[in-house]
Amino acid sequence: MQALYAQLLVGLINGSFYALLSLGLAVIFGMLNIINFAHGALYMMGAFCAYFLLNLGGINYWWALLLAPIIVGIFGMILERTMLQWLAGLDHLYGLLLTFGIALIVQGVFQNYFGSSGLPYAIPDQLKGGMNLGFMFLPVYRGWVVVFSLVVCLATWFLIEKTRLGAYLRAATENPTLVRAFGINVPRMITLTYGLGVGLAALAGVLSAPINQVRPLMGADLIIVVFAVVVIGGMGSIMGSIITGFALGVIEGLTKYFYPEASNTVVFVLMVLVLLVKPTGLTGRAA
Amino acid sequence: MKTRSIASLLLTTALSFAVAGAASAQDKTVKIGALSDQSGLYADLGGPGSTLAAQMAVEDSGLAGKGWKIDIISGDHQNKPDIGTAIARQWFDVDKVDIIVDVPNSGVALAVNNVVKEKNGVYINSGAATSDLTNAQCSPNTVHWTYDTYMLAHTTGQALVKAGGDTWFFLTADYAFGAALERDTTAVVTANGGKVIGGVKHPLNTPDFSSFLLQAQASKAKIIGLANAGGDTTNTIKQASEFGIGKGGQKLAALLLFLTDVKAIGLETAQGLNFTETFYWDMNDQTRAFSKRFAEKMKNNAPPTMVQAGVYAGVRHYLKALEALGGNPHDGIKVVEKMKSMPTDDDLFGKGEIQPNGRTIHNAYLFEVKKPSESKGPWDFYKLVGTVPGDQAFTPLSESKCALLKK
Repeated sequence: MQALYAQLLVGLINGSFYALLSLGLAVIFGMLNIINFAHGALYMMGAFCAYFLLNLGGINYWWALLLAPIIVGIFGMILERTMLQWLAGLDHLYGLLLTFGIALIVQGVFQNYFGSSGLPYAIPDQLKGGMNLGFMFLPVYRGWVVVFSLVVCLATWFLIEKTRLGAYLRAATENPTLVRAFGINVPRMITLTYGLGVGLAALAGVLSAPINQVRPLMGADLIIVVFAVVVIGGMGSIMGSIITGFALGVIEGLTKYFYPEASNTVVFVLMVLVLLVKPTGLTGRAA
Repeated sequence: MKTRSIASLLLTTALSFAVAGAASAQDKTVKIGALSDQSGLYADLGGPGSTLAAQMAVEDSGLAGKGWKIDIISGDHQNKPDIGTAIARQWFDVDKVDIIVDVPNSGVALAVNNVVKEKNGVYINSGAATSDLTNAQCSPNTVHWTYDTYMLAHTTGQALVKAGGDTWFFLTADYAFGAALERDTTAVVTANGGKVIGGVKHPLNTPDFSSFLLQAQASKAKIIGLANAGGDTTNTIKQASEFGIGKGGQKLAALLLFLTDVKAIGLETAQGLNFTETFYWDMNDQTRAFSKRFAEKMKNNAPPTMVQAGVYAGVRHYLKALEALGGNPHDGIKVVEKMKSMPTDDDLFGKGEIQPNGRTIHNAYLFEVKKPSESKGPWDFYKLVGTVPGDQAFTPLSESKCALLKK
């Protein structure tokens, strides 16, 4: 029984990454109608950014948590301005193909320079060590990841669903012409939204750097699972992606305990089941 | 008149065959295919570095100056057996490749083994670990160079059991390699009076090991044996230190660890780990000289891993055999027989031999990862703990299940 509690907690930790990443995807899909396949590559860039800040600039983890999302977010906004904005109004497929291509190029460039086995990034001193919870040894860093991502997820949800800025955003995606008539610069809002989504991916990258190796393919390995999370949660649903992210982390953790060989596929089995019963996803609205 | 012309026709045909036959005996063209994981989790330990090693072997052989024409092509098997065999088939059928080298990933290696046998090519495997290549699935066309699961089990495994690690829990990569390594190590552990009390199989290329590590922790085994490789091993070791494994009295046994893995983990986390390799760049003047030349041509100035060193040594020995034959007969079995008949001797692995089952025998070394304070340079990672002579490290012929031995 103790082991089960431990697996639940570990699942929650992985769920934090799924939640942060799928949240960014949901924001981008909800507001820009783009299926952002470059999300994994941008997550990887966040981790690399933290690595460079530390090793080239001597800038520590805490600053990286702030700076990496901004730097990668700006890169994302440049992508949006120069490429993605021309796809507005076209079929989803074009965005998907373009961002997939971008992901391959970015990963290829990083792999060419840094190889595939990755670079080490140490846990910051303040978060080293762990505590004995009785049923498991919890590394402090992992606990921090859960708390921090929960706060970020809820803050993003609040920003989009409960504030005036969020209301403008949602209105701009529903009816851009009308919102523009009120004197609001819609293209700029769209760019900033993409930057926000990308920043969330980069933030997840910084969080994961001390746990996983900083590797060019770290995003590619994760992105398919995260897409499954978004599909199960309902494309574009903010709360849906947060809840599904955490829940799927837990389910995956339990599978690793009871039948580890299936842990890589359980998410997809769930996706198939959910799509059979409810094609819009658990919390998705019909298009 | 008519009979005469028929006779002359027959004569010319016979003559042209004879000429062609003579030409093939002196044929001095060779095509080498370096088949590896060029972009995935084993790319740094093999990959482009293996192709470079093969190129250096060709240059160092000096055969170009003697009129030989030797080409190298490379391919990416992406750790998928179907892609690996498709490339191998195309290389033999279309590109007229004579020899395939490297091929890390035991699953791909065993699949390619069958293709090479079918096409009567030469196969020098350096990257794969499974001891099946020279046991149950041995082939007259195959030489297994650098290391294998039997050797890893009988060096690292045995040393740890003898040092008091008598209860084991395995974290095993769920494919041919992991299964072979777990099987061979289990045999060693039980033969030395130890006991395996559990294990878990994880999918290849898993980013998060915390669930598995918790199970290993709960098992209370003294040794947690890692029957995985590359990125999987680095992630496991890193996350194990996060969960306080090591400080809690349990010891990690990295059954297979490469130079590039230690680089990726960082000495801070990796220090004190015991493991086995058959080559390390900083062993002696010859290995240092070669590694310096190699690193100058590699990105990030990385010295060779044991897999890449094995590709170099294997290709050198192959070319020596061809030279001794006086030309390339394009007959895999014949070339491999010649290779087996000649003792191996090169700057990287020293003196050794190729056994009738295709297994190359040379020394194996037990290493320990240095503390950060002991390391003097960017790749100064290992302390030599012990040397195991080749005849004790690898499968004795009396235990080999290879069909080639039953004559």
